[in-house]
Amino acid sequence: MAVRVQREDFDPGQEIAALTANNKTIGGLTVFVGLVREMAKTRALSAMTLEHYPGMTERMLERIEAEARERWPLEESLIIHRYGRLEPGDRIVLVAAASAHRDAAFEACRFLIDWLKTKAPFWKLEEDSQGDATWVEARESDEEAADRWQ
Amino acid sequence: MRLLYFAWLKQKVGHAEEEVTLPEAVTNVEQLLAWLAQRGDNYAAALSDPKSVRVAVNQEYARPADPVQNGDEVALFPPVTGG
Repeated sequence: MAVRVQREDFDPGQEIAALTANNKTIGGLTVFVGLVREMAKTRALSAMTLEHYPGMTERMLERIEAEARERWPLEESLIIHRYGRLEPGDRIVLVAAASAHRDAAFEACRFLIDWLKTKAPFWKLEEDSQGDATWVEARESDEEAADRWQ
Repeated sequence: MRLLYFAWLKQKVGHAEEEVTLPEAVTNVEQLLAWLAQRGDNYAAALSDPKSVRVAVNQEYARPADPVQNGDEVALFPPVTGG
Protein backbone atom coordinates (compact mmCIF):
# COMPACT_ATOMS: atom_id res chain seq x y z
CA MET A 1 0.00 0.00 0.00
CA ALA A 2 1.78 3.10 -1.05
CA VAL A 3 1.34 6.32 -2.95
CA ARG A 4 4.25 8.44 -4.16
CA VAL A 5 4.18 11.73 -6.02
CA GLN A 6 7.69 12.59 -7.14
CA ARG A 7 9.79 14.48 -9.65
CA GLU A 8 12.32 11.65 -10.08
CA ASP A 9 12.02 8.70 -12.42
CA PHE A 10 11.34 5.23 -11.04
CA ASP A 11 12.52 1.73 -12.00
CA PRO A 12 9.50 -0.54 -12.64
CA GLY A 13 11.56 -3.70 -12.10
CA GLN A 14 12.78 -2.54 -8.72
CA GLU A 15 9.32 -1.42 -7.72
CA ILE A 16 7.80 -4.79 -8.66
CA ALA A 17 10.50 -6.69 -6.80
CA ALA A 18 10.02 -4.57 -3.67
CA LEU A 19 6.24 -4.85 -3.84
CA THR A 20 6.16 -8.65 -3.97
CA ALA A 21 9.09 -9.36 -1.67
CA ASN A 22 8.12 -11.00 1.62
CA ASN A 23 4.55 -11.78 0.59
CA LYS A 24 4.16 -15.34 -0.62
CA THR A 25 0.37 -15.05 -0.76
CA ILE A 26 0.64 -13.05 -3.99
CA GLY A 27 -0.09 -15.17 -7.04
CA GLY A 28 -0.53 -12.41 -9.59
CA LEU A 29 0.64 -8.85 -10.13
CA THR A 30 -0.64 -6.44 -12.78
CA VAL A 31 1.31 -3.28 -13.57
CA PHE A 32 0.42 -0.35 -15.79
CA VAL A 33 3.11 2.15 -16.77
CA GLY A 34 2.14 5.34 -18.61
CA LEU A 35 4.68 7.09 -20.85
CA VAL A 36 4.94 10.45 -22.58
CA ARG A 37 3.90 9.91 -26.22
CA GLU A 38 5.77 11.71 -28.94
CA MET A 39 2.67 12.50 -30.98
CA ALA A 40 -0.24 14.46 -29.54
CA LYS A 41 -3.11 14.53 -32.02
CA THR A 42 -1.31 15.84 -35.10
CA ARG A 43 1.80 17.50 -33.70
CA ALA A 44 5.10 16.24 -32.37
CA LEU A 45 5.78 17.03 -28.75
CA SER A 46 9.11 18.12 -27.38
CA ALA A 47 8.08 18.04 -23.72
CA MET A 48 5.23 17.67 -21.28
CA THR A 49 5.08 19.41 -17.91
CA LEU A 50 2.91 17.93 -15.17
CA GLU A 51 1.53 20.16 -12.48
CA HIS A 52 -0.16 18.88 -9.32
CA TYR A 53 -1.77 20.09 -6.10
CA PRO A 54 0.57 19.03 -3.28
CA GLY A 55 -1.51 17.65 -0.45
CA MET A 56 -4.75 17.07 -2.30
CA THR A 57 -3.08 14.96 -4.99
CA GLU A 58 -1.62 12.53 -2.44
CA ARG A 59 -4.90 12.49 -0.54
CA MET A 60 -6.91 11.61 -3.66
CA LEU A 61 -4.46 8.89 -4.71
CA GLU A 62 -4.66 7.36 -1.23
CA ARG A 63 -8.42 7.39 -1.45
CA ILE A 64 -8.40 5.74 -4.90
CA GLU A 65 -6.07 3.07 -3.58
CA ALA A 66 -8.27 2.51 -0.52
CA GLU A 67 -11.31 2.19 -2.77
CA ALA A 68 -9.53 -0.50 -4.85
CA ARG A 69 -8.72 -2.41 -1.68
CA GLU A 70 -12.38 -2.26 -0.64
CA ARG A 71 -13.45 -3.75 -3.96
CA TRP A 72 -10.81 -6.43 -4.53
CA PRO A 73 -8.84 -8.74 -2.23
CA LEU A 74 -5.46 -7.08 -2.82
CA GLU A 75 -2.30 -8.12 -1.07
CA GLU A 76 -0.36 -5.08 -2.27
CA SER A 77 -0.87 -1.96 -4.34
CA LEU A 78 1.27 0.93 -5.49
CA ILE A 79 0.73 4.25 -7.25
CA ILE A 80 3.68 6.36 -8.38
CA HIS A 81 3.01 9.56 -10.34
CA ARG A 82 5.65 12.01 -11.51
CA TYR A 83 5.42 15.78 -11.89
CA GLY A 84 7.63 18.39 -13.53
CA ARG A 85 9.02 18.50 -17.05
CA LEU A 86 9.13 15.20 -18.94
CA GLU A 87 10.14 14.29 -22.47
CA PRO A 88 8.75 11.77 -24.98
CA GLY A 89 9.55 8.24 -23.82
CA ASP A 90 9.74 9.24 -20.15
CA ARG A 91 7.66 7.34 -17.60
CA ILE A 92 4.79 9.34 -16.07
CA VAL A 93 2.88 6.93 -13.88
CA LEU A 94 2.95 3.41 -12.49
CA VAL A 95 0.01 1.63 -10.89
CA ALA A 96 0.29 -1.92 -9.61
CA ALA A 97 -2.12 -4.34 -7.96
CA ALA A 98 -1.14 -7.70 -6.48
CA SER A 99 -3.51 -10.42 -5.36
CA ALA A 100 -3.69 -14.17 -4.81
CA HIS A 101 -5.34 -14.54 -8.22
CA ARG A 102 -5.06 -12.71 -11.53
CA ASP A 103 -8.65 -11.51 -11.97
CA ALA A 104 -8.46 -9.20 -8.97
CA ALA A 105 -5.02 -7.97 -10.01
CA PHE A 106 -6.10 -7.15 -13.58
CA GLU A 107 -9.36 -5.48 -12.59
CA ALA A 108 -7.91 -3.46 -9.72
CA CYS A 109 -5.03 -2.21 -11.87
CA ARG A 110 -7.44 -1.00 -14.54
CA PHE A 111 -9.61 0.61 -11.89
CA LEU A 112 -6.64 2.43 -10.34
CA ILE A 113 -5.54 4.07 -13.58
CA ASP A 114 -9.09 4.84 -14.74
CA TRP A 115 -10.00 6.59 -11.49
CA LEU A 116 -6.64 8.30 -11.21
CA LYS A 117 -7.12 9.89 -14.62
CA THR A 118 -10.42 11.54 -13.69
CA LYS A 119 -10.00 12.25 -9.95
CA ALA A 120 -6.36 12.96 -9.09
CA PRO A 121 -5.38 16.63 -9.46
CA PHE A 122 -2.73 16.60 -12.19
CA TRP A 123 -2.61 18.78 -15.29
CA LYS A 124 -0.51 18.30 -18.43
CA LEU A 125 1.04 21.12 -20.39
CA GLU A 126 2.28 20.01 -23.81
CA GLU A 127 5.09 21.79 -25.62
CA ASP A 128 5.59 21.21 -29.33
CA SER A 129 8.77 21.56 -31.34
CA GLN A 130 7.87 25.19 -32.19
CA GLY A 131 7.83 26.02 -28.48
CA ASP A 132 4.05 26.44 -28.36
CA ALA A 133 2.58 25.26 -25.05
CA THR A 134 -1.00 23.96 -24.70
CA TRP A 135 -2.86 22.63 -21.67
CA VAL A 136 -4.26 19.16 -22.37
CA GLU A 137 -8.05 19.04 -22.23
CA ALA A 138 -9.87 16.37 -20.26
CA ARG A 139 -11.22 13.63 -22.51
CA GLU A 140 -14.77 12.33 -22.53
CA SER A 141 -13.47 8.79 -23.06
CA ASP A 142 -11.56 8.99 -19.77
CA GLU A 143 -14.76 9.91 -17.95
CA GLU A 144 -16.54 6.99 -19.60
CA ALA A 145 -13.75 4.61 -18.60
CA ALA A 146 -13.99 5.80 -14.99
CA ASP A 147 -17.78 5.58 -14.99
CA ARG A 148 -17.65 1.87 -15.76
CA TRP A 149 -16.49 1.36 -12.18
CA GLN A 150 -19.25 3.32 -10.45
CA MET B 1 -9.45 32.51 2.84
CA ARG B 2 -6.50 31.07 0.95
CA LEU B 3 -7.16 30.76 -2.79
CA LEU B 4 -5.06 28.53 -5.04
CA TYR B 5 -5.10 28.41 -8.83
CA PHE B 6 -3.71 25.66 -11.05
CA ALA B 7 -2.92 25.06 -14.73
CA TRP B 8 -4.51 27.55 -17.16
CA LEU B 9 -6.58 29.10 -14.38
CA LYS B 10 -3.33 30.17 -12.74
CA GLN B 11 -2.10 31.64 -16.03
CA LYS B 12 -5.31 33.53 -16.69
CA VAL B 13 -5.66 34.88 -13.15
CA GLY B 14 -1.97 35.76 -13.13
CA HIS B 15 -0.90 34.27 -9.82
CA ALA B 16 -0.81 30.89 -8.06
CA GLU B 17 -2.32 31.91 -4.75
CA GLU B 18 -3.68 34.78 -2.68
CA GLU B 19 -5.36 35.60 0.61
CA VAL B 20 -8.82 37.17 0.44
CA THR B 21 -11.45 38.19 2.95
CA LEU B 22 -14.92 37.15 1.90
CA PRO B 23 -17.84 39.58 2.02
CA GLU B 24 -20.58 38.37 4.34
CA ALA B 25 -22.90 37.65 1.41
CA VAL B 26 -20.54 34.99 0.03
CA THR B 27 -21.31 31.69 1.75
CA ASN B 28 -21.05 28.99 -0.91
CA VAL B 29 -18.92 27.94 -3.87
CA GLU B 30 -21.24 29.37 -6.49
CA GLN B 31 -21.28 32.77 -4.79
CA LEU B 32 -17.51 32.67 -4.38
CA LEU B 33 -17.00 32.16 -8.13
CA ALA B 34 -19.43 34.98 -8.95
CA TRP B 35 -17.68 37.31 -6.49
CA LEU B 36 -14.23 36.43 -7.85
CA ALA B 37 -15.35 36.97 -11.45
CA GLN B 38 -16.15 40.61 -10.78
CA ARG B 39 -12.78 41.37 -9.15
CA GLY B 40 -11.14 42.12 -12.50
CA ASP B 41 -10.82 41.25 -16.17
CA ASN B 42 -8.28 38.50 -15.44
CA TYR B 43 -10.71 36.80 -13.05
CA ALA B 44 -13.63 37.26 -15.43
CA ALA B 45 -11.63 35.67 -18.25
CA ALA B 46 -10.47 32.75 -16.10
CA LEU B 47 -14.00 32.03 -14.85
CA SER B 48 -15.96 32.76 -18.03
CA ASP B 49 -16.83 29.08 -18.54
CA PRO B 50 -17.97 27.67 -15.20
CA LYS B 51 -18.24 24.15 -16.68
CA SER B 52 -14.48 24.04 -17.11
CA VAL B 53 -13.71 25.09 -13.53
CA ARG B 54 -13.39 22.55 -10.72
CA VAL B 55 -13.37 23.68 -7.09
CA ALA B 56 -11.86 22.00 -4.04
CA VAL B 57 -12.58 23.25 -0.53
CA ASN B 58 -9.96 22.18 2.02
CA GLN B 59 -8.64 19.71 -0.56
CA GLU B 60 -12.01 18.02 -1.17
CA TYR B 61 -13.98 18.35 -4.42
CA ALA B 62 -16.87 20.75 -3.88
CA ARG B 63 -20.18 21.49 -5.63
CA PRO B 64 -21.76 24.90 -6.27
CA ALA B 65 -23.97 24.77 -3.17
CA ASP B 66 -21.22 23.62 -0.79
CA PRO B 67 -20.36 26.14 1.97
CA VAL B 68 -17.20 28.26 2.09
CA GLN B 69 -15.90 30.54 4.82
CA ASN B 70 -12.88 32.59 5.76
CA GLY B 71 -10.13 30.26 6.91
CA ASP B 72 -10.84 27.71 4.16
CA GLU B 73 -8.30 26.70 1.54
CA VAL B 74 -10.10 26.86 -1.80
CA ALA B 75 -8.50 25.67 -5.03
CA LEU B 76 -9.73 26.43 -8.55
CA PHE B 77 -8.54 24.30 -11.44
CA PRO B 78 -9.54 22.81 -14.81
CA PRO B 79 -10.72 19.20 -15.19
CA VAL B 80 -7.78 16.96 -14.34
CA THR B 81 -5.59 15.32 -17.00
CA GLY B 82 -3.10 13.10 -15.16
CA GLY B 83 -2.17 9.50 -15.75
